[in-house]
Amino acid sequence: MSSGSGLEKLPSGILVTTVEKLANWARKGSLWPATFGLACCAIEMMATGAGRYDLSRFGMEVFRASPRQADLMIVAGRVSQKMGPVLRTIYDQMPEPKWVISMGVCATSGGMFNNYAIVQGVDQIVPVDMYVPGCPPRPEMLMDGIIKLHEKIIRGEPRTKLVLPAEPVSPQVPAPAATAAGSER
Amino acid sequence: MTQPPDAIQPVLTGLRDSFPEAIKEVGGHRGEVTVELDSGSLVEVATWLRDHPSARFRLLSDLSGTDYPERPDRLSVDYHLYSVDHNMRLRLKVRVGVDDPHVPSVTGVWSTANWHEREVYDFFGVRFDGHPNLVRILMPEDWEGHPQRRDYPLGGVDVQYRGAHVPSPDRRRYKGGWTST
Repeated sequence: MSSGSGLEKLPSGILVTTVEKLANWARKGSLWPATFGLACCAIEMMATGAGRYDLSRFGMEVFRASPRQADLMIVAGRVSQKMGPVLRTIYDQMPEPKWVISMGVCATSGGMFNNYAIVQGVDQIVPVDMYVPGCPPRPEMLMDGIIKLHEKIIRGEPRTKLVLPAEPVSPQVPAPAATAAGSER
Repeated sequence: MTQPPDAIQPVLTGLRDSFPEAIKEVGGHRGEVTVELDSGSLVEVATWLRDHPSARFRLLSDLSGTDYPERPDRLSVDYHLYSVDHNMRLRLKVRVGVDDPHVPSVTGVWSTANWHEREVYDFFGVRFDGHPNLVRILMPEDWEGHPQRRDYPLGGVDVQYRGAHVPSPDRRRYKGGWTST
């Protein structure tokens, strides 16, 4: 470029910012969700992707069964305690950048299942970017959450981070002496 | 049906004759017969009930646990038997205390007891001696506590997620379950 064009007077870093915006625009326009239907919310999630509500209008009708090909995890339904490590493993297998939508009250806070079997909020296992309330949320609500996530992506907001507690808190139950007796037999 | 079937009387008589020490109590409710047993002779009684011609309880249709918090021997294990040959049902009941509960396993008598006993161990903490693989079946294997006991909190149970990860299928141990990091 010639010295008289004025380009060299631009503040440094502006080109990188523009590429980031372009990349965010592309990411927003083609999110590939991983199928993580766990309960009745999954029915609404499938309805969102099907013809009547047509999620492909927002460039994301390709639900992927493999987390390696997905960059959005829609946790649709209640997460049992035993499913927690599975959920985390699938999240860890997704390539960066990745986002998580917690769909429905069960994934968000345990919902009506306030008991030992259900994780009281999936945000204790994976970082959640968007919470969609409802039991189950209608497809319009899920699409509204998705569009709000699109806006969040195109604004380039930093994604939510998850900090696991160092020591998990156990329920106050007198545990029997030989807890590990089963594995010895 | 409010009366027990006639075919069950020879079974109860035979049980009393063969195991006079083991039978603690025979009760009934609306035609259902419950035999309360001493846990020491459970396997012998179960084998007799399965094989004796008057009984032939070849089907263990359910095996469950119960917690009676008001009793000194809080936990009980119930065996719901069905005799296909004679079309009758019988329930065995074994009571154990909550501190270090041990019950002999009946997996050698009815192999379907395998997963049922794992479930009772998982939820009530009853240890079945002689079980081939007594690990938790429904809760995560590093779970602390036995959630169906009456003194377990009804709600607000914290997540015991420790960053565990799921190994690939060829690395999972059959005995002892998944390895957790």
